[in-house]
Amino acid sequence: MLTVETFDTLVQAASAMTPQSRYLGGGTLVMRGVNYGDQSFQRIVRVKDRSLREIRSEGGRIVIGAGATMANVMAASETAFLANVARQVGGPAVRNMATVGGNLFAEHPYGDFTTALLALDATVRLSDGSEQPIESFLSSRSSMRGLVASVSVPRPMGDEFRFRKVSRVKPKGVSVMSIAVWLPRQGGRISQARIAFGAMGATPLRAKSAEQALDGVNLDAQGIERALSVATTGLNPTDDSLASAWYRNEVAPVHLRRVLLGEESR
Amino acid sequence: MVKTPIRFTLNGSETALFVDGGANLLDTLRRGVGDLSPKYGCGQGTCGTCTVLIDGEPHLSCLTLAETAEGRSIETTNGLANGAELHPLQKAFMENFGAQCGYCTPGMLMAAKALLSKNPNPSREEIVEAISGNICRCTGYEPIIDAIMIAAGQLRGRVA
Amino acid sequence: MSSIEFRKDLFADERDDTLKEIGKPTIRQDILGHVTGRSPYFDDHLFDGLLHMRCVRSPHHHARIRSIDTSAADRMPGVRRVIRPEDVPNNLNTLLSLINFGKDDEALLQGKKVAYVGEPVVAIIAETERQARDAVAVVRVDYEVLPHVLDVEEALEPNAPVVSETYPNNTFDYHDLYDHQKLRFGDVDKGFAEADHIVEGRYQMSPIEQAPTETCGAIAAPETNNRFVCYTSTQALFFSLGTTAKLLNMPSSQLHFIGGTVGGGFGGKVDSLHEPLAVLGSKLTGAPVKFTFDRAEEMQVGAPRGAERWFIKDGVMNDGRIVARQFTGFFDSGAYTRLSSYAIIKGTGHLPGPYSIPNVASNVYCVYTNRTPATAMRGFGITGVDFSIECHMDKVAETVRMNPIELRILNSYRDGDMKAHRRLAKNTALIECCQVAAGKAKWPISADAAAQSSLQGGGGDRAIIPETVTDQAGRIGERRRSKIPTAPGEGATSKGRVAAGSSVAPIVAVPPQRDDMVIDPSRTGHRKAGAGPAVPPVQATPQAPPRYTPPTPAAPVQTIPSYTPPPAAPVVQPSQPAPAVQPPAPEPYQPSEPFQKGIKRPGVSRFISGTRRR
Ligand SMILES: Cc1cc2nc3c(=O)[nH]c(=O)nc-3n(C[C@H](O)[C@H](O)[C@H](O)COP(=O)(O)OP(=O)(O)OC[C@H]3O[C@@H](n4cnc5c(N)ncnc54)[C@H](O)[C@@H]3O)c2cc1C
Ligand code: FES
Ligand code: FES
Repeated sequence: MLTVETFDTLVQAASAMTPQSRYLGGGTLVMRGVNYGDQSFQRIVRVKDRSLREIRSEGGRIVIGAGATMANVMAASETAFLANVARQVGGPAVRNMATVGGNLFAEHPYGDFTTALLALDATVRLSDGSEQPIESFLSSRSSMRGLVASVSVPRPMGDEFRFRKVSRVKPKGVSVMSIAVWLPRQGGRISQARIAFGAMGATPLRAKSAEQALDGVNLDAQGIERALSVATTGLNPTDDSLASAWYRNEVAPVHLRRVLLGEESR
Repeated sequence: MVKTPIRFTLNGSETALFVDGGANLLDTLRRGVGDLSPKYGCGQGTCGTCTVLIDGEPHLSCLTLAETAEGRSIETTNGLANGAELHPLQKAFMENFGAQCGYCTPGMLMAAKALLSKNPNPSREEIVEAISGNICRCTGYEPIIDAIMIAAGQLRGRVA
Repeated sequence: MSSIEFRKDLFADERDDTLKEIGKPTIRQDILGHVTGRSPYFDDHLFDGLLHMRCVRSPHHHARIRSIDTSAADRMPGVRRVIRPEDVPNNLNTLLSLINFGKDDEALLQGKKVAYVGEPVVAIIAETERQARDAVAVVRVDYEVLPHVLDVEEALEPNAPVVSETYPNNTFDYHDLYDHQKLRFGDVDKGFAEADHIVEGRYQMSPIEQAPTETCGAIAAPETNNRFVCYTSTQALFFSLGTTAKLLNMPSSQLHFIGGTVGGGFGGKVDSLHEPLAVLGSKLTGAPVKFTFDRAEEMQVGAPRGAERWFIKDGVMNDGRIVARQFTGFFDSGAYTRLSSYAIIKGTGHLPGPYSIPNVASNVYCVYTNRTPATAMRGFGITGVDFSIECHMDKVAETVRMNPIELRILNSYRDGDMKAHRRLAKNTALIECCQVAAGKAKWPISADAAAQSSLQGGGGDRAIIPETVTDQAGRIGERRRSKIPTAPGEGATSKGRVAAGSSVAPIVAVPPQRDDMVIDPSRTGHRKAGAGPAVPPVQATPQAPPRYTPPTPAAPVQTIPSYTPPPAAPVVQPSQPAPAVQPPAPEPYQPSEPFQKGIKRPGVSRFISGTRRR
């Protein structure tokens, strides 16, 4: 039997969590579980604090509250560079509900927003105030204790940050994969690129070989060739009803090229 | 079973009732309040036929924990008509073949209403985007998009 | 409405355009309910104290049930009643038994052997849906997993697992006698012998879920006068009523069924899966009970349009006339019959498609596999084979280098033509359809093709039923079974009814099936290798035929290159071990004698030749 526990603050909620509890963000995934009789939790924990939805600048970074929805991200001026990512999560009603915090935990094939956060080298702040780079957060999220309060990202310059979601149904289809890249440039050449793939593994993953292969090259067809050839190194896609792992591996370099060169997809 | 009291306005009327732990807003509206206009099609967010407006924005009532509706304003298709006078969206759906089996219609109407309240003059693409979370298996969408275009025109005419 | 165009210029004198309603768009009479959210779908009826039913479902494709332990579920909060298979008064039915078609093969709740993923085993009624789900989660069913078969042709192999003990050969028995539905019109062998080209193809479609926006369901409640009211999403109200009466062994006068408002059906709401259980639940609890699919069940357990596999062989003349067409079809019925056997009868009546072909033969099998039982969906029995026929028409067009639309117009049936099922065609309109489609697609067709009409050129010789080959007994290759076997080595009753087995060993189909089921490689273009699960890919013609480039309308087709048969099928050799029994080595096709019973000729389909006896 299910019970719902409502708290005023995230800290209180965090201390009430048990292995039988599930924290409710926007609920788009938690409530699916509720409706379909998920037996892995009996308690729903929620927080009334509206400040969890805040989006603000802090130093050089943008802090996005874990409770901010995709619609909030699209509306806030601070996160204009992420609006295109948020817009590609679900349909309008889902975006009014789906939170950034929930997206951090969304399992394959979801997690498009988190893919963007991974490319941007976000920092995840927990309810106890501790911080963690997103990459290590993702690798340990299934065993994580505590709750996420916010994430922070640097503000990328100009067209340094790009995102593309590949799906079969448009708009609104679920990801065959999503690709986020951050391409800082020095004197025209790429330096310290970050490339993240969503739906190409259990969590969003970085394509580190491709990142290295981009170091010091020009952003043109020739410059990116080597990166494309190692695009899927370290990725670990699975078969699902949308696409097979084989297919995902085959098309990943094609889509990566389109993202890098700013080509239109069809 | 533990029951929790909640209160909200539904189509302008104050409503209060008790809900079970974990009850979603769709079941609460349908079986608790008796507003049968939002429909169940999936319980997992994929069909959109349960779409209602919460504080003017479209939400999936099947994925909304009833308790989170506390104190908020909910609109459903049941409240769309003004007495006997249909809303222009309803008229346009009626006259332009916007429904066949009608099961997706309440959700479509709510999604369309949310769009038109923010964007009175939408393009076809904007309409497609606005109803992209709503599945219709019968009509093929084109008549629905036509109907929303026509309703938008009528609403603009009415304001002018 | 913008998307519909009425071509009133066509067949104008066959129509009366002064009618008020017909031929004009009409506003639905139920539309006001739809736009106000007040149309009463089955779930839009409120009952005090409504109970909710959920089913324990098989996680296996095929498994024998050793035991079912529901004791923990009985003790769960809110549970009012656990319904086990033995609680169903008459727990065996087939949907079409109401019209006396087919044997009862499907239980409402399966207690012996599950044959597809999602087959219901136990139903639980609780005060809330969540409580019913929680109780379902604690039911323990002890399954002995059996080998399963998911492919139609594999299901016909001699050692294939028996999906349904009612049909131990994994085929539906037509009239208790025939393992397939047969059509003969003229003499295809003669047609093939005359033809300049033989064009063969294999076509496969997947099951298609109707996916109505409203999931299937029903609410039943006790009424006064010892009756039960049932609000249902069914598309077939009296079917559902009759099925309920039969399964629950109660007079239909006790059942008060209310339907008519359906949230999309498309064929998927005829199977009457919910009404009997809802009424039974209501009877056992004395309370209103709702039983409905959630979306996952609708997709997994709800019966889809079944998959079909078709082999088509055409004899074609250089000028594009099709002189013979032969079909071998396999309908994937899933684990139980539902409507597939009927779909095949419908489909057979449709062959060879909307074309006038003087020689037609078909054998179509309704095959059981461990997949979700298939049922109706818009145009079922027709859609799959039409897909195959039209793909094949394009292949024929490429072979004779002909404009594919002109090829269709050339072969199209016309008013007064005799169809293969021996009815005269009337109100035909394929030619006009092709002409309009060509115009819309800006696809050039010759002046001659553009001048053709469905009203002209039919009848006469084309109205005559051709002499149809028969076997020595004067039948069209009929197969009469002396007996229908049950377990290996066992005889059976004349009705072919098999007591549901309790033996642990899987019952295997009888060996005589084997010979007739070996796919002839020269016919189908592929060789079946071993009994492995993978179906060898269709042999692809190494050089793709040249792409068709539409000729300018007036240009006559000039030289037709003589047909070079595709190189002998490269034998696909998957890594599986070679089959124990190799089909006889194919020889080039040499049509000779007319059809005769018992004569085996290489290159002639074993499915068609009628040599199989049991
Ligand atoms: C129809 C539909 C379409 C969708 N399409 C997409 C899509 O295109 N792309 C995509 O990425 N996703 C998609 N999703 C999945 C999902 O909506 C999003 O991933 C969303 O961001 C999840 O957020 P939520 O707030 O709804 O999560 P919830 O359901 O509230 O929570 C999800 C998980 O995260 C945990 N959690 C939530 N917040 C916190 C926190 N602050 N601290 C610790 N744990 C937390 C919860 O306990 C739970 O385990 C879709 C979902 C639906 C129903
Ligand atoms: S029932 Fe809510 S989205 Fe389908
Ligand atoms: S009208 Fe039937 S689903 Fe839209």
